[in-house]
Amino acid sequence: MGDAPLIDIKHVSHTFRTKSGPLQVLDGLNLAVEEGGFCAVVGPSGCGKSTLTRLVAGLMIPDEGEVWLHGQRVKTPRSTVGMAFQNPVMLEWRTILQNVMLPMEIVPTKTTKKQQEERARYLLALVGLEGFEDKRPSELSGGMRQRASLCRALVHQPDVLILDEPFGALDAFTREDLWQTMHQVKEKEPFTGLLITHDLRESIFLADQVVVLSGRPAHAQYVLDVPMSGPRDLDHLYTHEAAEMLTILRHQIEIAQGRAPAGSPAEPA
Amino acid sequence: MNLVHKVVVPAAALLLFLVLWEALVWVMGWPNYKMASPSDIWPAYVKYADLFLINSWQTLWRTVAGLALAIVFGTALGMVMGFSRIAREGLYPLLVGFNAIPKATVVPIVALMFVGAHDFNTVLIAFMISFFPIAVSVSIGLSTLEPEYRDILAALGASKVTIFWKIALPKTLPEFFGALKVAVTLAFIGTNLMEIVSPHGRGLGALFDSGKTNSDYPLMFAVLIALAALGILLYYVVIALEKALAGWAVRD
Repeated sequence: MGDAPLIDIKHVSHTFRTKSGPLQVLDGLNLAVEEGGFCAVVGPSGCGKSTLTRLVAGLMIPDEGEVWLHGQRVKTPRSTVGMAFQNPVMLEWRTILQNVMLPMEIVPTKTTKKQQEERARYLLALVGLEGFEDKRPSELSGGMRQRASLCRALVHQPDVLILDEPFGALDAFTREDLWQTMHQVKEKEPFTGLLITHDLRESIFLADQVVVLSGRPAHAQYVLDVPMSGPRDLDHLYTHEAAEMLTILRHQIEIAQGRAPAGSPAEPA
Repeated sequence: MNLVHKVVVPAAALLLFLVLWEALVWVMGWPNYKMASPSDIWPAYVKYADLFLINSWQTLWRTVAGLALAIVFGTALGMVMGFSRIAREGLYPLLVGFNAIPKATVVPIVALMFVGAHDFNTVLIAFMISFFPIAVSVSIGLSTLEPEYRDILAALGASKVTIFWKIALPKTLPEFFGALKVAVTLAFIGTNLMEIVSPHGRGLGALFDSGKTNSDYPLMFAVLIALAALGILLYYVVIALEKALAGWAVRD
C-alpha cells in the first residue's frame, strides 16, 4: 500500500428533498483515484453523477459517508480544485484572457498580476487559442469556448480537475480534437482527473479507470481498468482491445439501466 | 454611411411626419381646437419660449429624480427578491397589487398627504410608477442565474458578495437596461400626472393645464410635442449608458 488515494470517496449516500418527496441519488458509493490518475464515471441518466462532482468540489456535503482530498476531509470548497462544465460559462462582458484569469481574482496567490497573465496566455496557447486572448466569448465557437473554459479550470494550478460532461454539447469531430488536447494538457500540466461523461469511447480514450454507476440510488457497480496509460491517439479506439472494453462497458450500462440481468455475461454484438 | 443611418434617416422621417401631419389637417380642414398643425404650434413655442424652458427643466429634473429613486429602490428590492425565495413569494402579490392601482387615483391621495410639498409629491409619483419594472427585471435576472455561473466561483471558495459583484450583477445588466427603458417613459407619465391632475403651476403639465383653461389649443399640442422631445432625450441617455456599461450584450 502506497499513499492514500488523492480523491477518496468513502461510502457516500445522499438524499435530496424534492417537491415530490425524498429522492435518494447515492447509496454507499465508494471511489478512489490515485494521484495523477484519471477516472471517468459513466452511468444512466439521472443517476447522481453531477451530485458526485458537487460533493468532490465541496459545494455540498453528503448525508452519509465522507469525501477526502489529499488526506483532508472535504467540508467546504477548496481552491485546489478546478471545474469545467458542459456549459462553458464564459462571462460575456470579459475577454477570453480575463475569463481565464477569473479564478486568480478569488484564490489567494503569491504571484504578480503579470505572472498570472503570462500563465493564462501560456495555457491558452497550450490548447490552441493563441491570438484569441482579446476576443469576446461570443466571437468564439463552442469548441473554442470549451477550450478556454478548460484553461480557466487549470489557471490556478489545481491538483484536482473535475470535468462534468465538458464535451457533451460539441459535435463529434470537435470532441475528438478536444480529447487529444486533454492528453497534451495533462502531459504539461499534470492533474488528478475526475470526468463525468455519457460517452463510453471518451471514457476509455481519456481515463485510466472507468467507473460504472448503477441506476438511482447509485453505487459503483463496476470498475474497468484501462490498460493504456498516458497519451494515446484516436487509432486506439479502433483496436480489438478497445472494442472489448466498450462491449463490457455497454453491457454494464444495460445492467445499470435494468435492461440486462445483473451478472449476465457480456456478449459481443 | 453611419452618419446617414444615425442622423439623416431619422431626421428625414421626422420631416416627412410633420409634412403629412400638416397636409392631413389642411386637407380635412380641421380647426386648431380639433387638431393643431405644426404651423400652428411653432408660434406657440416662439411666444412662450421662456415658459417652455423653465417648465421643461422642472419636469425633467423631477422625472430624473423620481427615476433615480426608482433605480436605487427597485434594484435593492430586486436583489432581495432575487436572492431569497421567501421574499420573492411574499412580495410578488403585494407588488403586483400595488402596480395594478392606477396612479391617477394615487395622485390626489399623495397631494393631500404631503400637501404643499409640490416637488416631493411629483418625484414620489414618478418614483412609484417606475420602480416596478426595475425590481421585477433585477429579481428575475438574479433568480434565473444558471447554477454553473455560481459554481465556477463558489467552487473556489468565493463569498456570496463576490459572486454578486463579479457575476450576478454584470450578468443582470442587460435585463436592467431593458427595464430602465420602460421605466424612463413611465417616470415621465408619473411626473405629468401629478402636474396635470394636481396642478401647482410647475412643469410642462401645468403649462398644458393653463393652455386648457385659456383655450389656447396650439399651446396644448405644443406641450405634447415638448414632452415627446424630452422623452426621446431621456431615452437616448439610457441607450448611451447601456452602450457604455452593457455594450457587450448589444449585438449589431
